[in-house]
Formats: sequence, C-alpha cells, structure tokens
Amino acid sequence: MIHAAFLIPLFPLAGFAVLAAFGRRLGNPLAGWFATAMVLFSFIVTALVFAGLFQHAPDARHFTQHWFTWLGVDHLRVDAGLYVDPLSMTMAAFITGVSTLIHLYSIGYMEHDEDFSKFFVYLNLFVFSMLMLVLGDNFLLSFFGWEGVGVCSYFLISFWFERPSAASAGKKAMIYNRIGDAGFLAAIFLIFEKTGSVQYRVVFAHLGHLSTGTLVAIALLLFLGAAGKSAQIPLYPWLADAMEGPTPVSALIHAATMVTAGVYLMCRINPILHLAPDAAHVIAWVGACTAFLGASIGCAQNDIKKVLAYSTISQLGYMFLAAGSGAYVAAIFLMLTHAFYKALLFLSAGSVIHAMDDEQDIKKMGALAKLMPLTAIAFLVGWLSIAGIPPFSGFWSKGEVLINAWAVSPALWAIGAFTAMLTAYYMGREYFLVFLGQRRWVEAHAGGDGHGHVLEVPNHHSAKLGADPGATGARSTEETGSEPGHGSGGLHPHDARWVMSAPLVVLSFLAVFGGFIDLPFHPNFVLLERWLDPVVGHSLLVTHFSVAQEWAFGIADAVLALIGATVAASAWRRTAERPALEPRFLTMAWFIDWSFDHLIARPSSLFAGFASAVIDNRVIDGAVNGVGALARIGGLGLRKVQNGYVRTYALGLLAGAVVLIAFIVYRAGV
Amino acid sequence: MMARTLLAASTLSLPHVNYTAIMPELIALGGSLLLLAVAAVTPRRLPTTVYAAMTSGIGIASLVASLVLYHDVRQGGAFVAIAHSIDVDGFSVLVMTLASCVLILTPMLAAGFFEREGLGGCEYYALACISVGGAMLMGAANDLVLIFLALEVLSIPLYVMAGLDYRREGSGEAALKYFLLGAFSSAIFVYGIALVYGATGSTNLGEIAAFLAHNVLVANGVLYGGMALLIVGFGFKVAAVPFHMWTPDVYQGSPTPAVGFMASIAKVGGFAAFLRVFISTLPTLSQTWKPVLWVIVIITVLLGAIAALVQRDVKRMLAYSSINHAGFILLGLQAATAKGATGSLYYLFAYSLLILGSFGVIAVVGGRGDTGHSIERYRGLARRSPLLAGAFALLLLAQAGAPFTTGFFAKLYVVEAAVAAHSYALAAVAMVSAAIAAFFYLRVVFVMFADTRLAEAPAGDAALVQAAGAPAVSAVGASGSGVFEPAVAGGGGVLLAEAPVRLEEETATPEASATGEEIRDGAVSAWTWSGLILTVGATVVFGIWPQPLVDFAQHAHLLF
Repeated sequence: MIHAAFLIPLFPLAGFAVLAAFGRRLGNPLAGWFATAMVLFSFIVTALVFAGLFQHAPDARHFTQHWFTWLGVDHLRVDAGLYVDPLSMTMAAFITGVSTLIHLYSIGYMEHDEDFSKFFVYLNLFVFSMLMLVLGDNFLLSFFGWEGVGVCSYFLISFWFERPSAASAGKKAMIYNRIGDAGFLAAIFLIFEKTGSVQYRVVFAHLGHLSTGTLVAIALLLFLGAAGKSAQIPLYPWLADAMEGPTPVSALIHAATMVTAGVYLMCRINPILHLAPDAAHVIAWVGACTAFLGASIGCAQNDIKKVLAYSTISQLGYMFLAAGSGAYVAAIFLMLTHAFYKALLFLSAGSVIHAMDDEQDIKKMGALAKLMPLTAIAFLVGWLSIAGIPPFSGFWSKGEVLINAWAVSPALWAIGAFTAMLTAYYMGREYFLVFLGQRRWVEAHAGGDGHGHVLEVPNHHSAKLGADPGATGARSTEETGSEPGHGSGGLHPHDARWVMSAPLVVLSFLAVFGGFIDLPFHPNFVLLERWLDPVVGHSLLVTHFSVAQEWAFGIADAVLALIGATVAASAWRRTAERPALEPRFLTMAWFIDWSFDHLIARPSSLFAGFASAVIDNRVIDGAVNGVGALARIGGLGLRKVQNGYVRTYALGLLAGAVVLIAFIVYRAGV
Repeated sequence: MMARTLLAASTLSLPHVNYTAIMPELIALGGSLLLLAVAAVTPRRLPTTVYAAMTSGIGIASLVASLVLYHDVRQGGAFVAIAHSIDVDGFSVLVMTLASCVLILTPMLAAGFFEREGLGGCEYYALACISVGGAMLMGAANDLVLIFLALEVLSIPLYVMAGLDYRREGSGEAALKYFLLGAFSSAIFVYGIALVYGATGSTNLGEIAAFLAHNVLVANGVLYGGMALLIVGFGFKVAAVPFHMWTPDVYQGSPTPAVGFMASIAKVGGFAAFLRVFISTLPTLSQTWKPVLWVIVIITVLLGAIAALVQRDVKRMLAYSSINHAGFILLGLQAATAKGATGSLYYLFAYSLLILGSFGVIAVVGGRGDTGHSIERYRGLARRSPLLAGAFALLLLAQAGAPFTTGFFAKLYVVEAAVAAHSYALAAVAMVSAAIAAFFYLRVVFVMFADTRLAEAPAGDAALVQAAGAPAVSAVGASGSGVFEPAVAGGGGVLLAEAPVRLEEETATPEASATGEEIRDGAVSAWTWSGLILTVGATVVFGIWPQPLVDFAQHAHLLF
C-alpha cells in the first residue's frame, strides 16, 4: 500500500498534462471536474499511504522511494525520489485534502470565466509542485517544487493580468520570492559544500562534523528562503497584494500551499535548528514580531480579503515562533488547523464577494447574516477558530504555540498573547462589519422578478473585461468606492450553489473539531505529537509544564480571546465608522510597504531609468557600437573570408591545415 | 603472365565475413537498393509518403539489428570482425543505434516537405539510407582505409542531397560548394592516412596503437603531420573552426530536410571516427594533439556563438549554432578520457535529435518554395500554430541547454569531463559561449511568442543590432551578398555569380510580407507531427530521466 506513494504527485501532474493539452476541449465545467478528481485521487492515495505507514512501528515509519538518478556529476548525486515519513505525509494529506475542496469551490467560483480551463491547469500544477516540495527526498527536489510553487503563484495571482494591479501583484510576489530563493539556493550550495550531499537523510547524518557557525549560516539562509515563501519580516508585503488573484487562489496560497512551505522547511530541518540554537532564536523572534505586525495591520484594513491576508501573515508568524522555539509539532498543528479555518474564511469571503457582485470593501457590506445564513455561520466558525475561543481548533493549536514560547522566553509569550487578543478583535471586527450591523449597500428592487440570481448574471456579462466575475471583482477600492451599488440596479445577496457551499460545510466541521487531533490532557490524546515524534522528537512541552500550569495557560488564552471578541462586538456591532480605532499608520500598514516602495522600489526604478537612458545608451551601446565598429573592421577581413567563394574557403582550409601542422611541429619541437 | 595473375588470385585469401557484425550497415545499404528497385518496377510514381514509410521501416529494422548486436556485445564482449577491420563494441553499436534513429526520424520530418514541394521520388530516401550506412561504418571501422571509404559513402549522398531542389539555384550552388570542398578535404584526409601509414607501417587502428605503445619514434614529424591532416579531415566533416566555412552557405542553400539530415548524420559519422582514432588509437600522442584541439575548441565555440548572434536567416543561424555544438562535442574529445568520450557521445545523441526536429519545424515554416527562412517569418508563430511554436521553442531551449532537456545534460557532461581533465579555462569559455548562444535561441523564441502587434519595436531592435555589430558578420550572412563579385575566374570559385543575390531576394520577400499580408506557413502533415513528437518527446523524457541514455553512452566507452 505504501508503495503507491509515487501516485500522489503523479495524479495532479497527469491532470496538468491532460488539461494543458485538451483543457479547452473538455471545456467548462468538465475541465474543473477533471482537475478536482485528480486532486481527490491524490488525496485518496495519500490516505492509503498514511494508513499503510500507521501499520509500521513508529521508528520504522519512513522510507525512500527512489525513482531514478536525475543528475550524477562527480560526487553530486541528485535523485528523483520521494521521502515518505509522518511529516511529509501529514503535509501531503492536508495539501491534497484542502486543495480538493478548493478545486471543487473553484468550479462554482470561476464558472463565468472565459479562461476556466486554464485556471485549473495552473491549480493542478500548483498542487503538483507543492507535493514535490514536501515529498522530495532531497533539498534540490524540494527546491524544484519550491520554484514550481513560485511560478504557479505568479501565474495565478496575475491570472486577471489585464488589470494592472493584478499584474503588479504577481510581479511583486515573484520578486520577494526571488530574494528568499537566493537564500535557499545559497544554503543548498553551503550544505553540499560541507556535507557532500543534498539528500535530507545523508545531510542530517553528517551534521555532527559541521561547525556551529556553518550550521547557523545554513539555518539562517534557509530561513531567508522560508521567510520569502511564508511571508515573514521583511519579505511579507507580497502576501497582502497576492489577494489580487481569484479568491480560490488566495485560499490555496494562504491555506493549503505556498505559505506553508516555509514552515514545512523549518520543521524538516529540525536537526539543523537543534544544533543552531542562535538561529532558532532569531526565527522565533522574527516570527513573534511578524505575528504582531500582521495582526496590528489587520485591525485597520477595509478590504475583506486584505484583513484575511494580514491575518495569514500574523498566523504564519505564530508558526515560525513555534518552530523557532523548538515546538515543531505545535507549528505543524497550527499549520493544519490554520489551513482549515483560513481556507474556510477565504472561501466564505469569496462567497460574500460573489454575492455582493465583486464588492470587497467591508464598509459597504453589513447585515448579510440573514441573507446568507450558511456563509455567515461558516465565517463565524472561522472567526471563533482563529480567535482561539475554546473548543474551536485554533484554541488548542495556538495554546500549544504560546506555552512553548513561554518556555523559551516570557517576552515571546507576551507578544504572542497580546497578538492573540488582537486577532480575536480584528477578525470580530470583520465579522460584525460584514454580517451584522446596518446594511450599507443598495438592495435590488424587490419588484424585479424576485430572483437575485437573474439579476446577477447580466452583471457578470456586462463586466468590462469579459464574463469573469472577478475581472471587475478585485478592482481597487477607490474605483468601486466611487460608484456605490456598482452600476446596475443593486444587489440581492444569497448563499452560493452547492459546489461552493459544500466545501464550506466540510471546512467548518474541520475548523471546529480539527483541534481534537492533539489534546494536551493526557498522553493518549496527543495523537499528532506521537505521530510526528519519530521526525521531530519530543517538543519542550512535555518536560516543562505541570497539568496545573497548562490549565492556567489555557484559561489565560481563552480569557484574552474573549476580551478581544468582546471589544470587537462592542465597537463594531452598531457602527462602521470609528476613526479612532483605525489610525492612519495602521491603515497604511506601518508605512512599511510604502517605505519599501519609496526607499527601494522607486529609487531602483529611477536607477533603472537612469541606467537605460545613460548607462545603456552611452556605456553599453557605446561598447556594443565599439564592438560593432571593431567587428566591422574585422568584418572586412571576415567578409573576405566568408564571401561565398569556394576558392576562398578552400584556401582557408589549406591555411588551417598549414597552421595546424606548423603548430604541432612547433609544439613537438621536431 | 596470365598464369601469374591466376596464381595470385588463387592465393588471395578472403577473410571470413561475419554478417551479423555488419548487419545494420547491410540493412541500411540494402534498403537503398530496395527503394531504388521499388521505384524502378512500379509503373506509376508512388507518393513520397510510401517511400518515407519504407525508409522508416528500414531504419527500424537496422535499429533492431543494432540492438541485437548491442545485446551480443553486452553478453559476449567486444570483438573484431572481418580481417580486423570492423570493431564491434559498445561504441560502434551506439553509433549504429543513433544512426538508425536518425534514419527513422528523417523521412518523417521530410515527407511533408517533399509532398508540398512536389519533389517526389525515392532519391532523397535512398541517399539517406546510403549515408546512414556510411555513418555506421565510420563508427565500426577499425582501419584508416575503411574509415576513408566510409567517409565517402557518408558524404557523397549528402552532396547530392544538397542539390536535390533542382529548381532553386541556391540548392545547386550549395551542392557544388559542398562537393568541391568535401573533395578537397578528403584529399587532405587521405594524405594524412598515407603519412600515418608511412610512420607506423599499418593502417589498422589496433596495430597503430600497438606500434605506438611499443616504439618510441625518434623523428616523428611524419606521424605528427599525418595526425594534423587527419584533424583537418575530421574537422571539416564536423564543421570545426577553421574548417567550417562551407557550413553556413551549404545549410542556407540546401533543401531544409537535407540540412537537418546532414547536420546530424555528418556529425554522427565524423565524430564517431574522430573519437575512435584519437582516443583509442592515438592516446599516446595526446600530449601533442590536446593543445591543438584546445585551440580549436575555443575558436569553434566562440565563433559559432558570436556569428550566430547576428544572423537574420534561421537556417544560417542554426548553421553557426551547430558549429558551436561541434565545439562542445570536441570539448569531450579534448579531455581525452573515458568520461569525455561518454560526454561527447551523449551530446551527439542529444544534438542529432534536436537538430533533426529543429529543421523539421523550419521545413514547415519555410513555406512553399523553401524560402521563408528569415527570422521575421517566425513573428507570431505561436498565434498561428501554437503547437509548432511550442515544439520549436522546446527544441531551441534544449539546444541552449535548459534543464529538464537532454541539451542540459549534454552540456553538463562534456563540461564535467573538461573540468575533470583540469581544462578549467576551456570549460569556462564553453559555458560563456553557451550563455551567448542562449541569446539567439531565446530571440527566436521571443519572436515566436511576442505579440504581433508589437512588431515595430523588435524591428527597431533588429535595426539596432544591424547598426551595432551585425554588418560585420551578417555581411557574410543573409544581407552580405553585395560583396559577391560578378565575374569569377578560375580556382574553386566557378560559382553562379547571381545565385547569392537570388538568395537575398528570396529572404527579402517574406520579410516584406511579414509586415503586410498574412504569412501562410506550410501545412503540417501527420508525418511531421509524429517526427516532432518523437524528437521533442525524447528530448524531454531523457532530460527528466537521463539514466538510460547515460548508461548507454557509458557502456560505449567501457567496451572501447
């Protein structure tokens, strides 16, 4: 059973290949169903392999499936093969599982898009890349998946590339990721230089010979890579812009794939981090700061998806805090539960955007709970989970992160706990502004025909950029802000059809109960920890805390979450305007993106302009012209040679022969 | 008198002929006779696809025979057959296999062209069979005289092929140039054989090697001279600088499918004998010939890459690019190690399929009359025929050495061999040339995929290139025919003075039409598609899963 592991990445790859070749012919919605089925098959195989792995003794739960040697030069050997162990299978299971739901949702969300099949081509490739990343048995294969994920995210974020904002968001993601990738690559070079291999198991076996400085360098370079992919300080701004892509893409990037890659990498290299505690501390502190930064910015954003984007940055910060504290299980646990509730939140937000005819400003929503009960409940579950209200999944996973942070440094715990309160607050703010309070949008005339859906369809088709819902969708808020009600006669929001609702139901279930896979009450309940134990070893939790202390931490977390939620309720239940709670420095995201733009991007552009105007024109072109002139002079000679005359060519041949003989005779000294 | 002759005849001992040892050659050469016979006995002219199918069948038969031989060699080891003149080892079997693959693919990629051009008949296919037989023999020959014979069997059909498009004077010009220069280089080559024979007392490669291993020549000028002339002869065949000058003209003038075929098979045969003679027969002299090849590799890779940069004619560009490739293959030879030989063989395999496929696409895009080879013709190809453009892009990227294609490993292995042989400078120069070469491959890709609405900007870019450096080398290229003197006197220059001008006009026409009316590419037949699928498929599959091909190449040198 476990030897079927090779099928896990193969199904999405096959889906990609078939859709790339025949996607248009399969058409809408068949292409979407096909893509969904491929990822679903992949999930089923993952589950089978998972179960197969379970039958082995804990220490025997890993094996390498060697396919072939891709590259063998000198003692550099790069195999194409899978490494199956509890960590990679946990990743594969939630990647394929959540991706299946997102694929299903996309069939509904993208139904009016003219590039329907192309969307699924990218989605399948995305899932394939991500699976190669987590299943690859060496750094280089993971890097291959890493780059594949980067490329796919570029295509998907700028899927509606007609819009300049989407095109530039895709570019931004690409550039930030390049910076991280440089770190990853440098780390691989260093690893190969020092250990002579790039295979995980071989590298980890050789760590004893490495100096601490080398290990810290490797760990920090890998962390730079992870920071790029997982949006940590200072490489986070791209993630906030990445919501320019269609909403299912945001869900895929933020929940199941891409951003979790960095966390996975940190957990995979846990033997390195163990030996480089300084690097681990850096990671923990960067993670805590990112968590706070993301949460604080999330408090003052008005775009429904942007709030979620900053909350992702914040939650990823928690994961790095956990990884840096040596609590890899907690990092994975939070990643899992986060995948559930963040996918849920994004897909609910997508339903709202869909229903609001592509409005994304939460200040222009309100009172949608009655009209979209299912979506409202789903979003509520998502909010309570991310806020850490017991017994929702987020409570358990975040609690574990915080308790481990305390073990490293109470200061880290304090930042994390305060951020947890902020999280409960800003997500509550979003919930109240969208689903409760006053209606701040223009309703469709009830006198029409009573079916909002009928009204909705022409809206999509009248969209300027073709029949895709999002083409007009994620337009910048300024633009939509100027035309309330969005053109034609108002809205009639309602829950989406089943392909979009079913994933919400499943994800809600997971968001509520997902925390039960790792309950801290009794050693028999910490399923995830025991499952991952062969890979990461014991986390610090077991050794340091008594049951009473654990209870105290849990109660503290719950109280903080409730405070945040209560503040949100009292502040935003009735009104949508509280400028005091939305200071400009938060709306502007601490001016960090702004200063990157002004201090780095614009000077770079200016320099590029200068380079193109002066350096390129004068220096490079000068050099080229100089070469050209030289070549022209030499060309006169060459022209005499390559002139089309056989006699010249024959002479050249003869001259070559003579020179050759002279050369040999001279060398041999005959 | 008569009695003496008879006596001599009766004592002439015929060697035992082991037919299985030369079965692939026999199939290929016999196949050409079969084609000619079929053409002679059928009352009406058969469609060209029938001949193409037969030729592919012959290729498959010789491939099977080669693989059987490969199996024998793996089981029983290498052996020498037919009076010690035929080597049957992993090396010769690999060359046979490769030549068979070329023979299978060539008709697939040519049939559509000959159908379109109305150049029916079996000639092209029969010639291809003969040439492939010659190439196989070059890989198997264990005797300098046999190598020479095989060289001629390989080359003469190529001269004819170059002139096959009898309606186009450029084709005749190419054929004549190729023939005259080929004959000239053959003469030099034979002279080299004579000198080596004079110095060592044998033409048999095994005996030469043994002689050199056991004797130290005091005055070895004759041997060195012979070796130098052999380098000239092989260098001409594989288009190494400075013996390359025929290449751009011949590639530009010959019918496109013939170019694809000659570009692959001439290098297969030429390098097969080159590698065997220098690595397995003259290793004792490597201290002498390595520096020579060092210089040749450097000027070959650099001139190939830089001259290709400024070409406006795609065939001419690929001619220079194939010179660049020849430099890379020589890089493996220059290392003079088993690793180098493996690298060169792998490169040869990858290159042959790439160049066949590339010229298959060019034959289609060239359109009726086989004249539309200006780079402008490729503008917007992705819109007109996305699959064709995709295939061409892949083939070009592979030639540039992009990962996940065979081209990547080809370059990797020869450079690795050079590094292992401590030729660091050489490896660095080769990589720099690869970077330069990537530019012109990518330019074609860019042109194909660029929006046709942006036609003005790249045109300006082209003008800039023209202004900057182009005239120098491209003067010799597409736009340089102005330098042809009208009157020609004596020497090898008995050439149609107007022909190059015509070439110029021909390339100019599609350029004019590119901006104006719609370009109409040639139709892509099912044959072409299958050929392209095979070449592109092999390029990608072996680029991702290189082991089988690497093993094959490694066995080739192990059984040397």
